[in-house]
Amino acid sequence: MKLKDAMLLTGNHAAAYGAMLAQPKVMPIYPITPQTPVAEKLTEFQLQGLLDAEFITPESEHSAMAACISASLTGVRVFTATSSQGLMLMHELLHFASGARTPIVMVNANRTVASPWGFWADHTDSLSQRDTGWLQYYVENPQEALDTVLQAYKTAENPSVLLPAMISYEAFYVSHSLEVVEIPSQEAVDSYLPPFDPELRFDPEQGRSFGNVVSQELYYRHRKQLSQAMDKVFAIAKDADEKWKELTGRTYGLVERYKCENAQHIIIAMGTISGTARAAVDKMQSDGIPVGLMKIRLFRPFPVDKLRQELAGRDKVIILDRGSSPGTGGGSVLHQEVKSSLYGLKNAPEVYGYLAGVGGTNITPEKIEDLVKRSLKEKSTTKSIWGW
Amino acid sequence: MKHYEIAEEKVFLPGHGACPGCAMALALRYVLNIFGRNSVAVIPPSCMGPMMGAQPYSSMLIPIFHNSFESSASSAAGIKRALRARDRDDVNVLALAGDGGTYDIGLQALSSVAEHNEDIVYICMDNEGYMNTGTQKSSSTPRHAYTTSTPGGKESRKKNLVEIMAAHHVPYVATANIGYLDDFVTKIHKIKDMKGTRMIIVLIPCIDGWGFPGDAAATMSRLAVQTGVFPLYEVEDGTKYTINHGPEGLPVETYISRQRRYRHLTAEQVSEIQKEVDENWAKLEGMANLFSATM
Ligand SMILES: Cc1ncc(C[n+]2csc(CCOP(=O)(O)OP(=O)(O)O)c2C)c(N)n1
Ligand code: SF4
Ligand SMILES: [Mg+2]
Repeated sequence: MKLKDAMLLTGNHAAAYGAMLAQPKVMPIYPITPQTPVAEKLTEFQLQGLLDAEFITPESEHSAMAACISASLTGVRVFTATSSQGLMLMHELLHFASGARTPIVMVNANRTVASPWGFWADHTDSLSQRDTGWLQYYVENPQEALDTVLQAYKTAENPSVLLPAMISYEAFYVSHSLEVVEIPSQEAVDSYLPPFDPELRFDPEQGRSFGNVVSQELYYRHRKQLSQAMDKVFAIAKDADEKWKELTGRTYGLVERYKCENAQHIIIAMGTISGTARAAVDKMQSDGIPVGLMKIRLFRPFPVDKLRQELAGRDKVIILDRGSSPGTGGGSVLHQEVKSSLYGLKNAPEVYGYLAGVGGTNITPEKIEDLVKRSLKEKSTTKSIWGW
Repeated sequence: MKHYEIAEEKVFLPGHGACPGCAMALALRYVLNIFGRNSVAVIPPSCMGPMMGAQPYSSMLIPIFHNSFESSASSAAGIKRALRARDRDDVNVLALAGDGGTYDIGLQALSSVAEHNEDIVYICMDNEGYMNTGTQKSSSTPRHAYTTSTPGGKESRKKNLVEIMAAHHVPYVATANIGYLDDFVTKIHKIKDMKGTRMIIVLIPCIDGWGFPGDAAATMSRLAVQTGVFPLYEVEDGTKYTINHGPEGLPVETYISRQRRYRHLTAEQVSEIQKEVDENWAKLEGMANLFSATM
């Protein structure tokens, strides 16, 4: 396939290119650091005639999400972007979006949550939205951000899914870092992503209503269907990733394995820590430590079966988590998720959970090596450990 | 008795869940049946919920989105923009919300939509309180009125939403009620032919929340105007005022003495209310003289 261009882009601008190529029709966006350049770039695309969308500049993220939901129900593709406080202000409507089965795609620049104020890379903002019924991808560089926006549309809009999707990347480490990004042509993307034209939509010609009061039984059925749709995501997202490979040559998997073949021990991470962990794995393997890396790219739905299959028979699993949830056995969300995935597994590995990189603190390859070596010496604890 | 009839397209049907005798059902009938089938609407949690009915039924023949409490204006704008993107700009988009969802929790979103002059019609069913949750105060509840959250009577005055909307320079904002159906119907027709953010605040005397007999909603609506408590007027483009019906010299006591929510009032409080009503009216007349629509 022919690439249109290769450019030096930040994560934000790469995400904006991804969104532009999806040609959304309605874009309600509210500014917040470090996401703002996504919105600015899209506005520029519109001025240049590369986009033909209805832009809405509402007074808050809450209203931005409200407009996303109702526009999506009206049968058009929508896009929005946010970060941290903005994402949390949307919380009520994140549930609303999945409940209304609207395949909104949203980019979230992971930033620390106040109080105290900060602008640093931290996964807590999106991890604390894990029960809202959104697909969640975590990506580590600008190219992956662009590619994942398009994969997310393809997955979310699949009629068996119809759920919203969030693509998260870390503040500044990704949002503002420049890398060379290959941009597929509009024709290539059009061949990958068909127009969004849902059969059921908000239209006087159809006379269908959405969201009015239901009985307990109907509500139960609705939630069950939502959950069943989420269960289908893994296979559909995998297919979207494979089709992307056919088109662009790039594939990521939903759980990326790095040098795991003969690895007795596995590091698990999300986002940019994965890049650092690859360097640490290279170094440790050359020193004779049999350790590999698994990057969790799709966090919702959580790849439970995949992890059980990949981790059975390994010795130790070392989790590095950039988000925190007080009161969950030491505070690491990823640690809890992996542990519960492995429950009852024969030949389950010992699991170590480290809060590493919380608040955007710098995790070096040496630090990762340190934590791995520490785990090789110590017995694992049920609680996660503040390991930076 | 005068029998009032208009040409209407059946959109609002029998079988809704409002209290028998509720003015909101009548108001809704005229709004929906005049706007007709080429419309969609959003409704937030409010008495509009029971009015619509529970899934899989609906009392309205047009698509309704039961949106979140504070998002009526932004949800309606999202639909309008999406319809435009689908080349269906001809479809009317209505928001049908209560006073709580409008004066209080939805005011921020409404302000943004009004500032952008989004092409939507916003009907505020103003029953002066949170009735769906059992009669708590809203910022539209008048001074001294009892609600379950102001058991000693509300201390602050009713917020003037018309002025707030006029300050946004929206093309149209008006008050109306079902005691003056011809006036109400004229206003609905008028905004149907307009573009941009249009609002009608409809006073809905609430049988249960205000405390009066089930057959008195129309009387209460007329008394609200005749005593000057709720004058009927329009403001176009933020500056052009037209008063449709004003006070007819009846003291406010005629209105408030018929409502349980004012039962605890002292004579002094009644005269305070009278003073407030007189002040409001003087101010409105002054505005109407300064900025008359016919000038
Ligand atoms: C965010 C949020 N807060 C609170 C509620 C609960 N609630 C539902 S309806 C309502 C009051 C509605 O009052 P109003 O808008 O005046 O409508 P009415 O019931 O009087 O018609 C409240 C507080 C809610 N649904 N959502
Ligand atoms: S509570 Fe009041 S406003 Fe609501 S339906 Fe009953 S009478 Fe009408
Ligand atoms: Mg009310």
